[in-house]
Amino acid sequence: MLKGTDLVVGRGETIALLGKNGSGKTTLLRIMATLLRPTRGAGTVFGHRLSGDEDAIRGRVGLLGHTNAIYPDLTAAENLGFTLRMLGRSFDPRSVNVALTAVGLGAHANSRTRGFSAGMQRRLALARLRVLEPNLLLLDEPYSSLDPEGAEIVTAMLSDVRSQGGAAIVITHDTRRAEEIADRVIALDDGRIVPWTPGVLVPE
Amino acid sequence: MAIAWKDLTTERRSKAGFNGVVFMAATTLLMFGFALGPDPASLRTAAAGLLWLTVLLSGVLAFNRSYELEIEAGALDALLLYAGGRWPIFAGKLLANLAFVILVELITVPLAGVLYDLPLLTPLPGLVGVLLLGTVGFVTLGTYYAAMASRVRAREVLLPLLLFPMLVPLLVAAVGATKAVLAGDPMGYGSAWIRLLAAFDIVFLAATFMTFDYVIGE
Repeated sequence: MLKGTDLVVGRGETIALLGKNGSGKTTLLRIMATLLRPTRGAGTVFGHRLSGDEDAIRGRVGLLGHTNAIYPDLTAAENLGFTLRMLGRSFDPRSVNVALTAVGLGAHANSRTRGFSAGMQRRLALARLRVLEPNLLLLDEPYSSLDPEGAEIVTAMLSDVRSQGGAAIVITHDTRRAEEIADRVIALDDGRIVPWTPGVLVPE
Repeated sequence: MAIAWKDLTTERRSKAGFNGVVFMAATTLLMFGFALGPDPASLRTAAAGLLWLTVLLSGVLAFNRSYELEIEAGALDALLLYAGGRWPIFAGKLLANLAFVILVELITVPLAGVLYDLPLLTPLPGLVGVLLLGTVGFVTLGTYYAAMASRVRAREVLLPLLLFPMLVPLLVAAVGATKAVLAGDPMGYGSAWIRLLAAFDIVFLAATFMTFDYVIGE
């Protein structure tokens, strides 16, 4: 349960969010993504209210959760094509190929994702995020299932969003990586956001 | 349309849902026939009701599967994050389920014609109209309640519990209209049932589209 969570995220800022299991990290991200309604309090994303202006926020947010939102009976290219159509854009094979190549899946564009490994599915989920072109990235354990090359893709994506004036919040249990990628590291403790102190909440 | 395309493509490639539903429908028709016995008159009298019961019972399998696709893929949250409201999700699912159930009916209705010795050719235009009206109402409510049940673990049990009571008026009207059409409508009752079906469709299409946002979100 979140209690009095006060958080301000500026443009171009990457925040790493740490905390014990069950501390509310995923809940916080889902509220910011408008998937959950807060029972009390108020928040804005890009100046739009979380309760009332949800549609103005959606479409500007890219959420990568524990699952990858990949349809197993569609090919990699079709999965991205579906995302493009849902965004109101036409299916452009060239841009789909660019997105897949950027995550190392160019050679698997026409393969059904049912046969993909966990790491490949995670990469495809990242390609989907690229296609969304979000202003706010909400990443929940983005490095899970990824090899070092895949982890580089996440880091590059964070850098791209930052350089375009967007922002990112990354949930991770890897404190060293948190310090590498983030401008600010915070933690959730008993439902409240607190400054992170190395070794206090999350053992190194 | 993107969602309808995605659902139908997935179903076409996996075939797991369609084959299962058609088998269920065919078996149900057959078992009903065995239960009623070999008397052709009894079978013809009961045929309209048996046909619609078969469509309803087998259609429920399709509705559950519709949102299971999203949950298995971990994609429901991603769908909810697209801008433009949630009604396109409902529209896409509705279209896909409608196509699916109509395809099942294309197999089931001729099969019922054979099993129950029904004259289908003469009343075909009227029969098609009644089937379409009844199917639209059935699929509208089925798609809606399947969304409501999708986040619950016992959704396979919950969906029929929620859906079937709401379908009673549609079932009564559809069976009445189908009986009238198959018999040539000698008493002129058919149009009253058809008007009721149309009203049911209009009311519930409007109600489900207006309230879908509250049903699909957490």
